[in-house]
Amino acid sequence: MTEYLTLSMLLFSIGAVGVLVRRNAIVVFMCVELMLNATNLAFVSFARQHGNLDGQVAAFFVMVVAAAEVTIGLAIIVSIYRTRRTTSVDEANLLKA
Amino acid sequence: MLELSWLLIAIPLAGAALLLTWGKESDRFGHLIATACSAASFVLGLVMFIQLAGRDPEDRSVTETLGTWIDAGAFHVEFSFTFDTLSSLFVLLITGVGTLIHVYSIGYMAHDPRRRRFFAFLNLFIAAMLTLVLAADYLVLFLGWEGVGLASYLLIGFWQHKPSAAAAAKKAFVLNRVGDLGMALAIMTMFAWFGTTSIAAVNAQVHSVSGNVATALGLLLLLGACGKSAQFPLQAWLLDAMEGPTPVSALIHAATMVTAGVYLVVRSHDVFDASPTARNFVIAVGFITLLAGAWIGCTKDDIKKALAGSTMSQIGYMMLAAGLGPAGYAFAIFHLLTHGFFKANMFLGAGSVMHGMNDDVDMRHYGGLSKAMPITFYTFGIGYLAILGFPGTSGFFSKDKIIEAALGHNIWVGLAALLGAGITAFYMTRLMLMTFFGQKRWREGVHPHESPAVMTVPLVILAALSLLAGVMALGDWIEEWLEPATGHPVHHELAVPIWVVTVIVLVVVAAGVALAWVLYGRREIADTAPADSEVSVFTRAGRAELYGNNVNDALVGRPATHLTRALVWADAKVIDGLVSGSADRIGEISGELRKPQTGFVRSYALMVLGGALVVLLGLLAVTLA
Amino acid sequence: MTAFWILAPVMVLAAIGLIFARKAVHAALCLAVVMICLAMLYAAQGAPFLFAVQIIVYTGAIMMLFLFVLMLVGVETTDSVVETIKGHRAAAAIVGILFALVLTTAIAQSVSAAVVGLGEANANGNVHGLASLLFTEYVLAFEFTAALMIVAVLGAMVLAHRERLVDPPTQAELQARRMRDYAETGKHPGNAPTPGVFARHNAVDTPALLPDGTPLPESVPGTLVSRHQFEVHDAADVTRVVGEISASDIDPDERPVTTEKPDVPESGTDEEDRA
Repeated sequence: MTEYLTLSMLLFSIGAVGVLVRRNAIVVFMCVELMLNATNLAFVSFARQHGNLDGQVAAFFVMVVAAAEVTIGLAIIVSIYRTRRTTSVDEANLLKA
Repeated sequence: MLELSWLLIAIPLAGAALLLTWGKESDRFGHLIATACSAASFVLGLVMFIQLAGRDPEDRSVTETLGTWIDAGAFHVEFSFTFDTLSSLFVLLITGVGTLIHVYSIGYMAHDPRRRRFFAFLNLFIAAMLTLVLAADYLVLFLGWEGVGLASYLLIGFWQHKPSAAAAAKKAFVLNRVGDLGMALAIMTMFAWFGTTSIAAVNAQVHSVSGNVATALGLLLLLGACGKSAQFPLQAWLLDAMEGPTPVSALIHAATMVTAGVYLVVRSHDVFDASPTARNFVIAVGFITLLAGAWIGCTKDDIKKALAGSTMSQIGYMMLAAGLGPAGYAFAIFHLLTHGFFKANMFLGAGSVMHGMNDDVDMRHYGGLSKAMPITFYTFGIGYLAILGFPGTSGFFSKDKIIEAALGHNIWVGLAALLGAGITAFYMTRLMLMTFFGQKRWREGVHPHESPAVMTVPLVILAALSLLAGVMALGDWIEEWLEPATGHPVHHELAVPIWVVTVIVLVVVAAGVALAWVLYGRREIADTAPADSEVSVFTRAGRAELYGNNVNDALVGRPATHLTRALVWADAKVIDGLVSGSADRIGEISGELRKPQTGFVRSYALMVLGGALVVLLGLLAVTLA
Repeated sequence: MTAFWILAPVMVLAAIGLIFARKAVHAALCLAVVMICLAMLYAAQGAPFLFAVQIIVYTGAIMMLFLFVLMLVGVETTDSVVETIKGHRAAAAIVGILFALVLTTAIAQSVSAAVVGLGEANANGNVHGLASLLFTEYVLAFEFTAALMIVAVLGAMVLAHRERLVDPPTQAELQARRMRDYAETGKHPGNAPTPGVFARHNAVDTPALLPDGTPLPESVPGTLVSRHQFEVHDAADVTRVVGEISASDIDPDERPVTTEKPDVPESGTDEEDRA
C-alpha cells in the first residue's frame, strides 16, 4: 500500500514541478493532468486500503471534473493563441504589478 | 395701523428684490420705484407715528409677532417687531432722510450705468436698517445688524472697479465682523443667562443677575456698537468708507447706520443701568472717539474725510451721552436725530460741491464756491451753524444738553465735551473757509455750477430740518416722548446755572471759529498740502488717522500674517510631511513587496506550492508531536 | 506487486520525461504512457471500471484533445531551454523535492493499518458496486457533474466562438483592393510566386529566384518559416550554389528559368483569403 501512495506522491510532485517549470501552456496543462491522475491513484489505493468503493467513486468524479476542466482550459488556450499568437504562460503577464 | 411694522420693512425689501431681479428694461425707471418704496415707507411710518402719538404715554409700544423664527428645545425666537417711541423716531429718520437721499441720488447717480443696482442696494439698506430698529428680539436685531453691514459693504464698494473702493469695502466688512462677534457673543450670553433673546425680557431680567454678567453683556454689546458706529478702537474703517458714492456716505456713514451703535446702547439701557462699569466704558469710548474724530477732522484736506472725522466725533458725543445713563439717553437720541439731519445735509452738500468740481474731493482745490453754488452754500451754511451749535439751530439744543449732562456727571468728561465743541467749531470753520470762501484755487477745466433741482431740493429740506429740529427740545418734549422706552430722565443739578454753561459753550465755539479764521480765513491757502515733514506732529498724526491703521496692522495684521505663515509652514512641513512621509514609507515598502509580483503565473504557482509545503510541514510537525 | 514494480519506474521516468521533453508532442506521449500505466495499476487494484474509464476518457478523449489542440496551435510550441525567471528552476526543483519528501514521510508515518482489500466490496462486481454507490449516496454529486459538463460544453463553445465584426470581403472587393494596392504601392496583384526555382532537394523550403538571380523569401510557405525549416538565402548563397551547380555537369543554360515578372511580388493575398 505504501508504495502505491509513494508513487502517487512522486507523480504529484513531478507534476507540480512541471507546472512550475514548463512555459508552454499546453504542457503545463498536461502536468496538471498528471497531478490529477496521481491523486486518482491515491484515491484508488485508499479504496483498497479501506475496503470500500468510495475512493473509486471519488476518482471517477475527479475524472469527470478533469474532462470538463481540460475542455475549458484548452478552449482558453486556443483563444489566447488566436489573439496573442503564443501559448507561453509567461506572455500572459498582465497581472504584473 | 400700528401693527403694520412689518410692512415698513417689506416695502423697501420688495423694492430691492424687484430691482435686483428685474432686467435691463427697468434701468429707465428703477430709481423711481426705489424712491417710491422709500417714500411709501416714510408715509406709513409717519401715519403710524401720529397714531402712536395719539395714545397714552404708557400705551406707546406695540409689539407685533409675525411668527416663530426658531423653536429648538429651550431656544425660542419670535420674529417680532416693536413699534415704540424710540423706534418710531428712528423709522422717521431712516425713511425720511433715506427718501431725501434717494431723491438726491437720482440726480447724483444720473450718469452711472449701474444706477438701478445702486438704488436696489439703498432700498436693501433701508429695509435692513428698519429691521434693526424695529426688532423686538436681539436675534432679529442681529439680522438687521448684519443686513446693514452687507448693504454698507455693497455700497462702499459700489465702484468696485476702483481698487481703493474694493479695499475700503473689505476693510469695513472685516472691522464690522469684529464688532459683530461681540454682538453675537452678547446674544449667546443672553441666552445662556436668561434663556431668551427678547429685548424686553432681557432688559427686564438683567437686574436680577450678578453685576459681572451685566458688565460682560454690556461690554460685548459695546464692542458690537463700536464696530458699527466706528468708535474707538474699531474706528479705522469709517474714513476709508468715504470711497463709496456720497449719498451713501450721507445716508449710511453719517445719518443712520453708524448711529446703530448708539441705538443699541440706548435700546439695551437696562443692561448698562445694571452695570456702572460698562457704562463707564461707554463714556470712555465716546470720550476718546469724540476727541480723536475731531482731531482727524482738523487735518484732512479731503472734504468727505473731514466730514467723516466729524461724524466719528459727533457719534462720540452720542456715545458719551448714552454712557451717562438715564440723564443722557434722550439727549443721545436727540443729538442723533439732529446730527442725522445736519450731517446728511452737509454730506449731500459736499456731494453737490464734488458734483460741480468734477468729483474732486480736495478742499485745497476749492475756494470761493459761495458764488458759484449759492443753494449748496446756504444749505451747507445752515448745517455748519447747526453742528457748531449756533443758538436757535438744532445742534445748539442737542449739543448743549449733552455738555450739560456730561458736566453734571463728571467735570472732566464735561470739559472734554466742551473742548470737542471748540474743535468742532475749528474744523468746520476751516472746511467752510476752504470750500466756500477765499480765493479760487480751481484746477484747469473745472467750472463749478449749481446742482440740478433734484439734488438741491433735498438739501433745502434737510437744511430746514437742521435749522428747526430743535423744536423737539421745546418743553422737554423729546425726554417725555422717549420716557416709555428709556426710562425717566434724571437731571443733575449743576453748580452753575444752565445759561452760564450755554455762554461758556458759545465762547469756546467762538474761540474755535476765531482760530480757524486766523489760520485759514486771513491767510492764503496753499493749493497743495504741505508735506508731512513740514507740519506739526499733531497734524501728522491726524493725517495718519491717529495711526489707527498702523496699530491694527501691528497688533493684528502682522501677527496674523506671521501666524498664518507659521501655520502654512507647519502644515506643509510637519503635517504634510507626516502624512506624505508615511505614504512614502508605505510606498517604498510596497515597492519592495511589488518585486515578487512578476506577473508570471509560474512564480505565483511556485508560491502556492511553497505555501502548501509549509502547511504540510506544519501538519506533519503537529502530527509527529 | 510485480505489475507495480514494473510499471512504477516506467511511470516515474515518463513523468520526468514530461518535464524535460522539449517538444509538446513528446510530452503528450510521455503523459499517455503514464496514463496507460496508471490504468493498469487501477486494474491491479481492483478497479476494472476505472481502468476502462481511464483508457477511454483520459487516454482516448483527453489526450486526443491535447494532441488536437497542439495541432491547432501549430508548430512553434517548442519551449526555449532558457529560463527567463531568475532562479525559478532551482527553486521549483527544491520545493518539489521537499514536497515529495514531506508527503512521503507523512504517508510512511500515517498508513499503518492492514489492507482490507476490495473482495467484499466487489462481490457483485466492481461496476455494480460503483453504480450502487453512485446512484444512491452520490446521486446529487452525479447530477451536478451533468450540469458541470453542460457548462463546460457551453464554455468551450463561447470561448472558441469568434464573432465576425464585418462581412467577409467579396471577390469583387478583394480584386478591387488588389488593384488599388498595385496602383498605390506596386504590390503584385497576381498569385504569390511558387517556391522551388532554386531547388536542389525538397523544393518547397527553397525560395524562388528572381530573373536577376536574387532569392524571394516570400515564396516559401509561412509554416516552414515559423518552424525554422527554412533558411533565408541571400545573394551570396545564390552565387555560391550557382557556382556549385556550374561546377557540376549540369549545363547552366538548361537551368529552369522562372516565368515570373520582375515586379516586386507580394505575399499577402493568401493571408487575406484566409481572413
